[in-house]
Amino acid sequence: MKSVRRCIAPLSLIIGWECLSSYEIIPRYKLPSPVEVVVGFKYILLIGMPPGFHLHNHLIYSLYRVFIGYTAAAAIAIPLGIFMGWSTQLRELMDPIVEMVRPIPPLAWIPIAILWFGIGIKSAAFIIFLGVFFPILLNTISGVCSIDPILIEAARTLNAKTRDIFLKVLIPAAVPSIFVGMRIGVGIGWMTLVAAEFTGVKTGYGLGYMIMVARDVQRPAEILAGMAVIGSVGIFINKGFRFVEAKIVKWE
Amino acid sequence: MSLEVIGLKKTYYNSDKKRSNVHVLQDVNFKVKDGQFISIIGPSGCGKTTLLKIIAGLEDSTEGKVFLNGEELTTSREQIGLVFQEYALFSWRTTLRNIEFGLEIKGVKKKERRFAALEYIKKFGLSGFEHKYPRELSGGMRQRVAIARTLINNPQVLLMDEPFGSLDSQTRNSLQEFLLKIWRKRDETVLFVTHNVDEAVFLSDQIIVMSERPSGIMKVLDVPCPRPRDRTSRICNQIRKNVLKYVIHDRWLNPHSKIPFVAPF
Repeated sequence: MKSVRRCIAPLSLIIGWECLSSYEIIPRYKLPSPVEVVVGFKYILLIGMPPGFHLHNHLIYSLYRVFIGYTAAAAIAIPLGIFMGWSTQLRELMDPIVEMVRPIPPLAWIPIAILWFGIGIKSAAFIIFLGVFFPILLNTISGVCSIDPILIEAARTLNAKTRDIFLKVLIPAAVPSIFVGMRIGVGIGWMTLVAAEFTGVKTGYGLGYMIMVARDVQRPAEILAGMAVIGSVGIFINKGFRFVEAKIVKWE
Repeated sequence: MSLEVIGLKKTYYNSDKKRSNVHVLQDVNFKVKDGQFISIIGPSGCGKTTLLKIIAGLEDSTEGKVFLNGEELTTSREQIGLVFQEYALFSWRTTLRNIEFGLEIKGVKKKERRFAALEYIKKFGLSGFEHKYPRELSGGMRQRVAIARTLINNPQVLLMDEPFGSLDSQTRNSLQEFLLKIWRKRDETVLFVTHNVDEAVFLSDQIIVMSERPSGIMKVLDVPCPRPRDRTSRICNQIRKNVLKYVIHDRWLNPHSKIPFVAPF
């Protein structure tokens, strides 16, 4: 029943949209009808945009860029966050830098990234890195900081040394919030990627690049189909993360 | 294993100059004989928890010493276990892995520590819950896990900080009986902080009554009830009455009190 109710709004939206399009109330050159978007999807899937550059390759390239940027960000942000949460001195030392860099939107880094790394995988990965880094870092720090001190006291009365407390209490206690950071990070990374590809890719593959090409050749149906793909992949990635999270963080 | 506390003082120094320092403990002295069950009772905020934390080595005393078997306790407090009111279980560990934590720290092999933990699980009535996480357990079960986790290290002194304070009265009664059953087989020295007079009388050999802040020891009372005890027996009631004379919080309102009023600040 619940799933039926959840379908009502999107379905009526699509039906209404289709009706408005077929009576020409919405101009087709601005917003193609849902049926045309499906045809556009078929086009990018089978023929490609530009022709010969198929959807699945665009997708693979985009995922690859996110993977590189994301892995690098997580590999640095998680350990750094754990140490910053653990050591007040380190936190006080690093905090001004973090607070200075954090408010700069990743997209504002695009010009300098292109200057540093040229157009290509490196600059795209760098932009994603920036988008992913801070949510993971901040969530990791807060996960370590917000641990109930009584747990550390309990571990100490059970004769745990500093090293044991670090490995067996602090890190596991921070795992749920590290996961939250990783999930938020991947969402932001995915959004950042598409924007990075608008400018950071000249030729070749990438979902962002694909919809820019579609705009250049005036194909709104393919643009919308591409957007739908980007959105669906985003949902899929988020679901995947939640699935892994639920498998690992069984205690919450 | 005797535990002795000599001249213990604790002051929290306030860095904010406008507020004065807080003297929590003032000259606490007592000696506990081997294998005794001692309750510490006193008004809330009188520093009972602080006292336990100092004995457990979690906090430093401002002055004073703690001796175990005549030897001064310094940094190593391996002989002392502490059970908290809030259980303080590791939420990411199952019952089994919570209980074996201490052995894991010691470097006991997995097979051995699992075997030892399962013994405790059986004895503590936790069978069937080995692989449950703390959030899946009731309050009474959680506290049993916490007690098992502490006892598996075989401490000589078991400190308990209002361990049954957040349980409903039925669970509380059954855990008191459970604790006595365990203790009589093991003979650890127990230092049990509570604000519940009934609980103190039912459990202990001796009751230490603490005064208001800055706290010292107001009175040490023996509990000469034969064990196993009956909560409602005449002798228990008499002792309870006697203890209550000392712990009525507002002494102005207690006409029977012969204790001189000591200004709390």
